This record gives sequence, C-alpha cells and structure tokens, in this order.
Amino acid sequence: MTIHARLVREPIEATALLQRVAGPANGALLLFLGVVRDVNDGRAVTGIEYSAYEAMAARELADIAVEATKRFPQLDVAIEHRLGELALEDASVGIAVAHPHRGDAYDASRWVIEELKRRVPIWKREHYADGTREWVNPVGAAAAVTQ
Amino acid sequence: MSVTVLLFASYADALGTSSLRLDLDDGTTVTQLVGQLRERAGARALPPQPLVAVNERYARTDQALSAGDTVAIIPPVAGG
Repeated sequence: MTIHARLVREPIEATALLQRVAGPANGALLLFLGVVRDVNDGRAVTGIEYSAYEAMAARELADIAVEATKRFPQLDVAIEHRLGELALEDASVGIAVAHPHRGDAYDASRWVIEELKRRVPIWKREHYADGTREWVNPVGAAAAVTQ
Repeated sequence: MSVTVLLFASYADALGTSSLRLDLDDGTTVTQLVGQLRERAGARALPPQPLVAVNERYARTDQALSAGDTVAIIPPVAGG
C-alpha cells in the first residue's frame, strides 16, 4: 500500500506522483492537479504565494492520506502541496490515487481534495495585475472544521 | 502559566508579529485567550471565534490551556 503526503517547494512532478501509486492490481489511476488560474472574483491574477503552518499542515495531509485508505480500502494515494511563489498554470496541489476499480478512484480523489481544502492550514496571497496583493479568505471556511 | 501563540497570514499582518508569548491564569480557555489577544493593537482582524489549534491539533473553544502549550490562531484555510 502506498501512502505519500508531503509539502514541497519545488514544482510538482505529475508523472512521478502517478508512478508512486501505480501497480499491477490497480486498474484505475487518477491524477488531480490544482493549478493557478488567471482570474479570481473578477480580478486579474498574476501569481499566488502559498504559506502554511508547516508542522501541522504536513500532519493533516498525512492524516488525510491515511483516512482515505480507510474509507476506500485497497487505495494507493500520493498527495503533494506546493508552498512558495507560484506562477500562472503552476500546480499548487497534486493528488494521485489508484484503485482496482474506477468508482472508488474517482470518489477518493474528490474526497481528498475537499478534505484538504477544508482543514489543512495553508494560506494563499494572490498577486494582481494592478500590483496589489491580498490574502484569500474563503467565506465560511472558519466554521467548517470544529463543528 | 506561559503559552506560545502563533499567528499566520492575515492575522500575523494585523498584529505585526507571527509569534508571541502570553502569561495566563491557570485554566484559561481558548476563548479567553482569544479575548485577550483581541485587546491588542491591530487585533480587530481577529474574529471572536477564530479557528484555533493547540499543539498542532484543532481545539474546541472551551478547551482549557496548559503551561507550555503552543496555540495557533488559524485564519480561514485556503489550500488547494
């Protein structure tokens, strides 16, 4: 069983992530990449700076990977989240999952990204075309974790 | 008793620091600590009930703190 979860500062290698979870028993391999896009809330974005409470974020990521393998038995999972300065189209998060069957692979991939967005202490500051930068505070996120 | 408080992202900007040490009465809860923090200059940005982690685990608002705890005030998370 593969369980890999890591914060990284270098670019996420999609192929390497898939290779971590590939295996002869796995009939379905899925890769999800979250990438920096050029518009958010109608503002032109030129880049994003990601930061984290690193010790806790690394542990939460690892917990999510382990929990995924309990929810979806036979799952192999590899998660990487990048920190630092990212440019447009850079991948901020990569999730590779593999399972004997596609149904659980799709469900596990979706579960991991939603869980990551809900509870891993990572923040992003967007840089805009007009030279300003602001922390992104998604509405409702604060209430989600402890309830 | 003394605890370490960690601040991140917009909260660190608002209070002008990413960590500080607070001396508290024994039995102080998470909510009471946040109340003391909010009296500091720039702390308007902190909501009355922010997410808080004690020793790297999300904590409930009524959790009592212990000497030496590391208390992180967590802005709305935005990973992914």
